[in-house]
Amino acid sequence: MNFKNKMRLNTLQFLFAFLGVFTMATVIISCNPDETQTVTNFNNLSMRDEFNEPGALDETIWSFEVGNGEAQGIPGWGNNELQYYTDRSENATVIYNEDEQNGYLKITALQEDFEGFGYTSARILTKGKFQQKYGRFEARIKLPWGQGLWPAFWLLGDDNDGADIWPQIGEIDIMENRGQEPTLITGSIHGPEYSGGNSISKDYELTNSRFDDEFHVFGIEWGPNYINYYVDDVLYNQITPDNLEDEDVDRSNWVFNDREFYIILNVAVGGNYVGAPNAQTVFPQEMLVDYVRVYTAD
Amino acid sequence: MIMKKINIKYHIILPLLGLIGIVMISCERGFSDDVDLATFPNTPEVFTDVPVGLTDEFFISFDPNGGANTNGFGTDNNEAYEGSSSIRIDVPAPNDPDGGFIGGIFRDRGEGRDLTAYDALTFWAKASTTATVGLFGFGTDFIDNKYAVGLENTQLSTDWKKYVIPIPDPSKLVQEKGMFIFSAGTQSTNGFGFTFWLDEIRFERLGTLGQPRPALYGGQDQSIQANVDTDIPISGLTYTANQANGQDVTVTVAPLYFDFETSNPFVASVNDLGVVTVDGPGVDGDNMATITATLGGFNALGSLTVESTNISVTPIYSNVFGNIGGLNIGAFNNQDITIQTQLNGSDEFIAYGNLGFVGMSWDGTIDVSDMTHVHIDVQLQSPGSTLTAELIDFGPDGIDNGFGGSDGTAGGFNVTSQLVQDNWVGIDIPLTNFTLPTGGGGAGSPNLDNLGYFVLVSNNGAFLIDNIYFYSEN
Repeated sequence: MNFKNKMRLNTLQFLFAFLGVFTMATVIISCNPDETQTVTNFNNLSMRDEFNEPGALDETIWSFEVGNGEAQGIPGWGNNELQYYTDRSENATVIYNEDEQNGYLKITALQEDFEGFGYTSARILTKGKFQQKYGRFEARIKLPWGQGLWPAFWLLGDDNDGADIWPQIGEIDIMENRGQEPTLITGSIHGPEYSGGNSISKDYELTNSRFDDEFHVFGIEWGPNYINYYVDDVLYNQITPDNLEDEDVDRSNWVFNDREFYIILNVAVGGNYVGAPNAQTVFPQEMLVDYVRVYTAD
Repeated sequence: MIMKKINIKYHIILPLLGLIGIVMISCERGFSDDVDLATFPNTPEVFTDVPVGLTDEFFISFDPNGGANTNGFGTDNNEAYEGSSSIRIDVPAPNDPDGGFIGGIFRDRGEGRDLTAYDALTFWAKASTTATVGLFGFGTDFIDNKYAVGLENTQLSTDWKKYVIPIPDPSKLVQEKGMFIFSAGTQSTNGFGFTFWLDEIRFERLGTLGQPRPALYGGQDQSIQANVDTDIPISGLTYTANQANGQDVTVTVAPLYFDFETSNPFVASVNDLGVVTVDGPGVDGDNMATITATLGGFNALGSLTVESTNISVTPIYSNVFGNIGGLNIGAFNNQDITIQTQLNGSDEFIAYGNLGFVGMSWDGTIDVSDMTHVHIDVQLQSPGSTLTAELIDFGPDGIDNGFGGSDGTAGGFNVTSQLVQDNWVGIDIPLTNFTLPTGGGGAGSPNLDNLGYFVLVSNNGAFLIDNIYFYSEN
């Protein structure tokens, strides 16, 4: 674990942070489906990046994945994605808004000819730098929009230096979105016998607002044999090994109790999940991330 | 276009502004706690099973003298999306003796409604056949029409479907009487009448409309040279929003929704109605002003850059200067050419496809011998196409009778090197540069006293053409 607190906290910010945690705890308690359930509170901050230092990303937390997956043996990242990921500041940088006294990670998808591809974007990950088993993982994000944009905040299991491969390593998609569905996000898990199109997932829809013109907090609370999915303060799904059985997958294929996972943030362009951009898609497109915070259980 | 003397308005305006500021400051007074600001009902429904809060006549037709058919409007108790009744509109054929189209408004029966809490007008519609309705909207009350918004060319299907018309800036609609407008003809049905039904017309707060994109000139940056005292209405005012289904919807928008701004008040001003006036020549040699706008705090795409000039103009085809009398944009041409006029907002331009040659003519002939240049805006649409402009002078007899030994003269100028694929380019050609011989037999360097044709010659290219005028700097 690689704890990094780079934020310059003032009293007010600290108060808000504290209140946020307090509110979360309250919500969890009020969400108890029955009196006998044991509630796990995830209150111990284990990693945070508030993205308040403008310029390059914090290299002690984040690495870039560059290219289109060919080097990894999966051109188009296995999904026929159209973008080439770079580590340039044009595609990923930290910006600071003086008026708001707040900074953001900005991942930008551009339409440009680059290394033989028509789009560039960025994909950053904490692999080998911050990994954790269980906990609350959350990020406050404003999404890009438009046909063919595919932003995601997700976790992949540690692969033991390449000894284990997907989907055995497990994948927890905290949030992914189709740019042409600005009110809808999806939370999913992938594992052996339930991956790709057969993943176990659930949509969450905003009925009177959108994900692309305001920030929302996307989070999971993950413990032994369960993953709870949140948007803002709404618990919209719980996935357990029972859900595997519902899909005729053996419970033993639950791969989320035995290894650490790392975080990925990216904006893909095109691919099987969203389809290609069209003439109406506006470029450039930005995904703004206010913060990423991870907690462990009390 | 008549040249005007410079009218230095700003000398007067600036001190006046100062005075107004002082007066306002000295009168400024807060509202006391006892003040109840007048508010108007915020009833959202326009039609459910019955009209809601509308005038007794319910439907107020466009003027029958203008061809509007008043017979086709009614309600239908056999069709409804919800409840028991809908509005039924029978769209007449163009040759219907009672009127060839149908349209009008619904007006609030009271003093108007407060719609500031809503972000869209929505309704359900279906048609007897797949057909396009020219206009749906709101904000037209046949009184002031201050905040008109229109959704143009909506294709209806034969099943009920919900349609959304975004309100560009709801804060403007504190007292709106224009509850609904529609206008329909049979352009999409080859002149055959059809029926459509409307139901559940209401203002709503959807919350799922996003990515507001107001625009001038449909989002294009336009530029123009104009003399002092010229008025230029900004056109192509639109507002685009993205819906929950990911689809964009674009509506036409009245200028009062926008806040216009000039970058250089010494050159041009702009009023609330989006009419730009060229006020002066500028100071310190800066004779340019750029007009931009915001809507609800969002910057509008598109702009108008005005260059204050002192020129005499003989227009051929121009929204600003007008068209020459009797203009024919296809007086003669190759057989398989396509000629259309298209609109960017209210700004019309010409689209020539498969252009071999085309001549523009007008009433009689014009004397441009006092002019120095001809201006033309061109957008090249077909890669690699060539374009030559030609002037044909009929000579003192004023008749098109060829060049062999008669008094006619003609010459051409090749503009190909100035074209940029898919971009508007403004080209100014000195009239002395028309030196090339023409396809019709002209020898080049025509006379300019009796000009009868303006000709474009290409190798079957496709072009958009706008703003053709002769001018001279004074």
